[in-house]
Amino acid sequence: MAVTKMFGASVKRREDPRMITGRANYTDDVRLPGTLSLVILRSPYAHARIKSINVEKARQMPGVVAVYTGKDLVDSLAPVPCAWLPPNSDLKVPEYRALAVDTVRYVGDGVAAVVAENRYQAQDAAAAIEVEYEMLPAVVDQEKATQDGAPQLYADVPNNTAFVWRLAGGDIDAALRDADVVVSQRLINHRLIPTAMEPRAAVAHYNPGSGELTLWCTSQNPHIHRLLMSAVTGIPETKIRVIATDVGGGFGSKIPFYAGEMIAVAISKDLGRPVKWVEDRRENFVATTHGRDHIDYVDVAAKQDGTITGIRVKAYANMGAYLSTAAPGVPTWLFGLMLSGPYKIPNISVEVHGVLTNTTPTDAYRGAGRPEATYVLERMMDLVADRLGMDPVEVRRKNFIPKEEFPYTVATTLQYDSGDYEAALNRALEIVGYEQFRKEQEAARAQGRLLGIGFSTYVEVCGLAPSQAAGAMGFQGGLWESATVRVHPSGKVSVFTGSNPHGQGEETTFAQLVADELGVPLDDVEIVHGDTGRIPFGMGTYGSRSTAVGGSALIYAARKVRDKGAKIAAHLLEVSPDDIVFDQGRYYVKGAPDRVKTFQEVAGAAYLAWNMPEGVTPGLEETHFFDPINNTYPFGTHVCVVEVDPATGKVQFLRYVAVDDVGNVINPMIVDGQVHGGIAQGLAQAVYETAVYDENGQLLSGSLMDYALPTASMVPTYEVDRTVTPTPVNPMGLKGAGETGTIASTPAVVNAIIDALKPYGITHLDMPLTPQRIWQAIQESQKGS
Amino acid sequence: MYPAAFEYYRATSVPEVVQLLQQHPDGKILAGGHSLLPMMKLRLAEPAALIDIGRVPDLNGIQDAGDSIVVGATTTYWNLLQSDVIRQSLPLITEAANVVGDIQVRNRGTLGGAMAHADPAADMPAVALALDASMKVVGPNGERTIPASEFFVDMFTTALSPDEVLTQIIFPKPQGTSGQAYEKFAHPASGYAVVGVAAFVTLDGGKVQTVRVGITGAGTVAKRASAVEQALAGQEPTEQAIESAAAHAAEGLELNGDIFASEEYRAHLARVFTQRALSRAVAAARG
Ligand SMILES: Cc1cc2nc3c(=O)[nH]c(=O)nc-3n(C[C@H](O)[C@H](O)[C@H](O)COP(=O)(O)OP(=O)(O)OC[C@H]3O[C@@H](n4cnc5c(N)ncnc54)[C@H](O)[C@@H]3O)c2cc1C
Repeated sequence: MAVTKMFGASVKRREDPRMITGRANYTDDVRLPGTLSLVILRSPYAHARIKSINVEKARQMPGVVAVYTGKDLVDSLAPVPCAWLPPNSDLKVPEYRALAVDTVRYVGDGVAAVVAENRYQAQDAAAAIEVEYEMLPAVVDQEKATQDGAPQLYADVPNNTAFVWRLAGGDIDAALRDADVVVSQRLINHRLIPTAMEPRAAVAHYNPGSGELTLWCTSQNPHIHRLLMSAVTGIPETKIRVIATDVGGGFGSKIPFYAGEMIAVAISKDLGRPVKWVEDRRENFVATTHGRDHIDYVDVAAKQDGTITGIRVKAYANMGAYLSTAAPGVPTWLFGLMLSGPYKIPNISVEVHGVLTNTTPTDAYRGAGRPEATYVLERMMDLVADRLGMDPVEVRRKNFIPKEEFPYTVATTLQYDSGDYEAALNRALEIVGYEQFRKEQEAARAQGRLLGIGFSTYVEVCGLAPSQAAGAMGFQGGLWESATVRVHPSGKVSVFTGSNPHGQGEETTFAQLVADELGVPLDDVEIVHGDTGRIPFGMGTYGSRSTAVGGSALIYAARKVRDKGAKIAAHLLEVSPDDIVFDQGRYYVKGAPDRVKTFQEVAGAAYLAWNMPEGVTPGLEETHFFDPINNTYPFGTHVCVVEVDPATGKVQFLRYVAVDDVGNVINPMIVDGQVHGGIAQGLAQAVYETAVYDENGQLLSGSLMDYALPTASMVPTYEVDRTVTPTPVNPMGLKGAGETGTIASTPAVVNAIIDALKPYGITHLDMPLTPQRIWQAIQESQKGS
Repeated sequence: MYPAAFEYYRATSVPEVVQLLQQHPDGKILAGGHSLLPMMKLRLAEPAALIDIGRVPDLNGIQDAGDSIVVGATTTYWNLLQSDVIRQSLPLITEAANVVGDIQVRNRGTLGGAMAHADPAADMPAVALALDASMKVVGPNGERTIPASEFFVDMFTTALSPDEVLTQIIFPKPQGTSGQAYEKFAHPASGYAVVGVAAFVTLDGGKVQTVRVGITGAGTVAKRASAVEQALAGQEPTEQAIESAAAHAAEGLELNGDIFASEEYRAHLARVFTQRALSRAVAAARG
């Protein structure tokens, strides 16, 4: 049987058939006998004191087993933890109770929990709970929240400021002082709602006999959730099994550790019965973390020739009512470190105020901090170009880090691994036909048609690592990954990975890696993930790290297996291991290819262990923990072409070109899919999606009737291409492809629309660029003239 | 997403529907369920009983009655889209039905339900107004017919009384040289009309003989744009004449405003889309 090289092949996703035929096993599909249905009553007010809660009526309702308030859970559950504690930032972590004890701080804050025999009964009973609230003034805007006299969420967090974080490299004051021009702009990176297809859910099954807890939940990082669940409940880690195998998307929102899952566990433990909790869509809108919500004041220092000499950013990040698990790291490290982008900017200074408001807590959302940084840079590049009368492409080109200078250390201290930014830019320009487009644009403008082109030349940090850096940043976890490769006696292979794919396709790509390393058919490789009962340990899937870090761990484990196999084969063939050649699943003697043992024969021999070489133990299973020496830095150029209808402000997408460099590519089709989905999300931020609160903290965009997730008909056809610049930091030379699309696309789209509006003298508009906002801007521009 | 408890009745005839309505004053008719069930799931509606009319045989179907086309209340958007007689005589219905929601909604949603629900952002009310439809309804006191122009009273409010069932929507067949068009600005999230304009014109000797414009989405209830119609009737429909007539589109509308589109913007869209719908209707009439 011929085994071809799988690395680089567009193998169809093995996980898809079960998912698209409704046979996946999501948390809600877990049906245990005797399961109770949990409904959490949530605050309808953004800020209020709970004067009283009367649960008597609810307790009497049919099917109701128990009702809990915040006070009832204080002893069984420690507060919801925050696990990213940036040092030197005067961080204050307010107490976050699973159910509010005396004060609610956002619409959606948990107030009481009902368990009943079925969901309808629990829902009816929740509606019968009587809560008396004393309204308190609310604040939703992070800048207003820091002002004196603003409503205070916590007595011990003055001015609602949870932290102030700073990072500087070079001398920004000198750069601004000596600049030919200083371009300043306030930029809003508005709030988004991750809206994974599968809302959050949990089935908690505490067995009072064994003291063991099994928790099925929607998690990107089940081992971390196990650790935190142990910490808040006191159940030893050894007695907890977290299973999150089929997860319907996360986009960062399933990294945090949440109250809902904690409540389900506490109640299951209390009652000794399984408890199921499944968010409905409206609950998901308020009870699962939101993303972005950043206001940036930016000053860029530039020379007349377009050279950028410095950038200063003062940012206000809206953290919501509590600090979610990874939240403080997102607007700080993941944002600030990336403020050099693909450019040589010698002087950088950033100050970020993390502000608590009466809104749903924010946390990582696809890209997490890096889209915010890219938006700042790419919007500013266009503004600088505009001010200097230069082509936006030329300003970018002028400031690129040249390919000869890698590895390159930017002013924020990161060391970029490898790059060739001009190559990607040039390829994108070629595909889009840039010069020709500018001519068409001119002709169209003469007819009153508004065509525009926008660029985003980005670099992002991926493959989040190493653990030492995590420690320096106050991240309460490691950033390595583990893999166990277990070869069964038949030669079939099980891989236990600490990564937890939830849509990214690693059940396919990881199998491709193993098929190549061990020379076995793809179908002989099983990828096991998302189960703490089966996998040694894992840090999880986020930050485009699964393949770069988890995949590398897997490569090393597979190589250990292969090497052990070589020793066994050599012994069986009675030659020295140095004389063994391994090729496509066959161990043969150098120069004598007919003296051969197949991988499967060697696996069988390893388990029989009748005839093992000296010092070699039976079995064929290896584990590897991989902690890379550095992150990876994918990059590229995205170009968007639009036409704006001046009568309505409506944007039509004409073209979208993406040239990404993610290093080597295991499965081009899957990477294209990641890029497509990422572009859709980033583009949606630019023009469709926005979470809107009113002044009282009511979420006005709290349903899919108001919150505009894009459908296929709302996005353009993507023209996707790649350049390939391998990274030296992992054995495969690949960088990570999960977030590039989201990071790159938002500014490309905004820049295109602003370019289209140039005839009106418009140089900046804040997102989302809805038809109304564009139409209004056109109206206003004409008032002046 | 979990409705309150309710009783369920499946009616088999129109008299039975009326009887059930009388027996259950807190009950509601269930047609395609694509407006009612979402409201129940959000507990914005908690009817004590549902009276399902989906299988009442007389209520479904499209008949060519010579000078009119009669559409049964439970006829779905999909049924309308499949109908040749509709496509030939009333292409406005085909055009509008094609942009209602998505395919699942069009498979289940009914024309009668759309009329009776009178959602301010629904498409079909504008169409019924532009085509001068009338609604046949049956109640305890027998049958009556209500012209579309009197049927839509206010947001989610029609001339139907709670014990009446809408049975048929009757569309007169256009006579002479006529043209029809529907222009919709769909909400990016809900797909409903932020503004939808249905236009119907007949031409006589190069001049506009009849013109009817129905506007939905912009205001609290779908309405005829009388000022537009008056400005254009009897005129030669030049681009300029259409534009100046369309400038009256927002007159008489009690405008809606929300986070996506303000009252001012909706008024503007009503003018733009009225102009576009009329231009296309005129072009269609000219052939
Ligand atoms: C996702 C989604 C998107 C949608 N998008 C659009 C859109 O773009 N444009 C649009 O116009 N609509 C849209 N709709 C609404 C859809 O068209 C509805 O189906 C329609 O408005 C109501 O028809 P129904 O048969 O579903 O009515 P139901 O939901 O069954 O009933 C609606 C109301 O009318 C009453 N009723 C129904 N039939 C009768 C009758 N014969 N006599 C008396 N009362 C009756 C009911 O009691 C109820 O109060 C959308 C719906 C959904 C779920």
